[in-house]
Amino acid sequence: MKKAFWLAGAMAMALAQPASAGDTIKIGFVSTFSGPTAVIGNDMRNAFELALDHLGRKMGGKPVEVIYEDDGQKPDVGKQKTEKLIQSDKVDFIAGYIWSNVLLASLKTAVDAKTFLISANAGPSQLAGELCSPYVFSTSWQNDQTPQAMGVYMNQKGVKSVFLIGPNYAAGKDMLAGLKSTFKGEVVGEEYTVWPSQLDFSAELTKAKNSKAESIFVFYPGAAGVQFLNQYAQAGIKSQIPLYTAFTIDELSLPLQKDNAIGIPGAQEWVNDLPNPENKRFVEDYRKKYPGLRPTYYGAQSYDAAQLINSAVVAVKGDTSKKDEMKAEMEKANFKSLRGPFKYGKNHIPIQNFYLQDVVKDADGQLSLKTVATIVKDDQDRFADKCPMK
Amino acid sequence: MVLVEQSLNGLQFGLLLFLLAAGLTLVFGIMDFVNLAHGSLYMMGAYFAATFTAWTGSFILGVLLALGATLLLGIVLEFVALRHLYGRDHLDQVLATFGLILFFNDAVRLIWGPAGLALPLPAWLTVPVQILPGVFYPAYRLSIIVVALVVAALLYLVVMRTRIGMLIRAGASNREMIGALGINIKLLFTLVFGLGAALAGLAGLMQAPILTVQIGMGENILILAFVIIVIGGIGSIRGAFLAAIFVGMIDTLGRAFLPDLLRMVLSSAAASTAAPALSSMLIYLLMAIVLVVRPEGLFPAAKR
Repeated sequence: MKKAFWLAGAMAMALAQPASAGDTIKIGFVSTFSGPTAVIGNDMRNAFELALDHLGRKMGGKPVEVIYEDDGQKPDVGKQKTEKLIQSDKVDFIAGYIWSNVLLASLKTAVDAKTFLISANAGPSQLAGELCSPYVFSTSWQNDQTPQAMGVYMNQKGVKSVFLIGPNYAAGKDMLAGLKSTFKGEVVGEEYTVWPSQLDFSAELTKAKNSKAESIFVFYPGAAGVQFLNQYAQAGIKSQIPLYTAFTIDELSLPLQKDNAIGIPGAQEWVNDLPNPENKRFVEDYRKKYPGLRPTYYGAQSYDAAQLINSAVVAVKGDTSKKDEMKAEMEKANFKSLRGPFKYGKNHIPIQNFYLQDVVKDADGQLSLKTVATIVKDDQDRFADKCPMK
Repeated sequence: MVLVEQSLNGLQFGLLLFLLAAGLTLVFGIMDFVNLAHGSLYMMGAYFAATFTAWTGSFILGVLLALGATLLLGIVLEFVALRHLYGRDHLDQVLATFGLILFFNDAVRLIWGPAGLALPLPAWLTVPVQILPGVFYPAYRLSIIVVALVVAALLYLVVMRTRIGMLIRAGASNREMIGALGINIKLLFTLVFGLGAALAGLAGLMQAPILTVQIGMGENILILAFVIIVIGGIGSIRGAFLAAIFVGMIDTLGRAFLPDLLRMVLSSAAASTAAPALSSMLIYLLMAIVLVVRPEGLFPAAKR
């Protein structure tokens, strides 16, 4: 009993913070580290850690401490973890967030506590519009932007009609709405599936096939994208109705999608082969540090989140109590983004280019994504006007 | 035409659920044992198939090896762990088999990694076949229907026409009595559990090429399997078969036609949001109605 007591004491000592508050920059990182989409969270963590390596694990001369928390892809868990990071860990910044519904549930906690929140992926329309906040920045995009770019590309190709399929949650609705806002042809049908539990899309594919639509557009991030492409190919629709996608094919899903992904275009703000030197270094070092893995846009955006935070901390020389100055600095987007330079809109969402990506075999004989063209330049999301900030 | 295809989709899903539910209802009905880890056996079947197919380079060989491996795993599991829980309370069994779910999930993470596997189909199964003039259906989904129907027929023959089947049925009606009559009930239980495991493994490996092979893949579908055995009547293979087809049909046809029906009364946006939620509720609604009207299920095994 006594021994156990001392042991517990020793463990508590070991777990105690090595430095008191103020000496370190504390960052909370909420993402998915368990379940089928844990690979995405791992990619984000890998890239964030790589960014810290590149920064010498210091920001503004102070050591950086990151606390990673797992949201399990559930909004309620994400909110709890956000509360824990802000209220008991007292982090200076909170970053991450893959899922729009998780971010929306967690948003108020961060904004009320005036803690800077950097979304490294999720971009719900509400966040860009009425829920915009001086304390929230995005290093990704607003959900509608990517499918909007896809809609523009489909117009260029002269596609006359489309059948839309997506998951029934915040991002799924944004994505299909985004495509509809730019696509000039006819929307023949629109199907939503139960998210994230429904993985069999037979009923939806049958409807799409019989709808006589000229094309299909889907948004299925993570493992669901693998399953969708699988079933799309097996049903024999691939040879009949071409597919257009947003966030469905990436470097994590590609090794599982294999040949099913060939010839299926996607739109993205970052592709691994963007030619700027920062990006080359990022992709090279990532593959060196994590052998066998390739970075995705989730990782690239997380890397940018670390750089954005660093720019703010450097500007105030490590004094994170100067929130107004940090906000002013972050609004300048004064760092070398992996996607190339971008500006922030007044709602703190990037105004940026979107590229057409295609699946090709690279020099190693592996399938990889390649930038084919720039679809839209300096695109601003369509909700910025609804944001009351100036 | 659309209705034919959607019905086939429903039938295919239902038959797959039947394979999973058959093992569960046997184990629950005959041994009075609640096995939450049944979904883990489904997952293991898929992982085994993906691994063996990659090793041997042959889909058929991989599938056969995986079936054997899941059968063996089921027998070992019963012998090592579950055998000691038969006399215990249901709550203990739930707790122990829940622990097994965690064990299997982490074992899979250790062995195969967190990313999941793909089980590619051979080329001859990836083409759509013409089933009616102008109606094409994926060959693989069709082969699931055929395999599951054959397995269901075999299961029926074994349970209704053989001595082992007689013992299984007798065990489902009165466990103590067949023990008292000098039947080696331990061996019978091991066999039944192994059979259930192999059926779950078969369901998992057949689902694998459609979905991806991933950690926790058995957990969502296990809930449906429990719903099916409750609707069908615990311990009844016939009940499980019919209930599985019902559930598969309701789920698929609900997803297929409910949005359009709702659009007649609601705005398009509201309908497309409400329909997926509502169609996934239909199954539970059916279960609730069955529980009210026939608390023992539609086809309960003979009274104890």
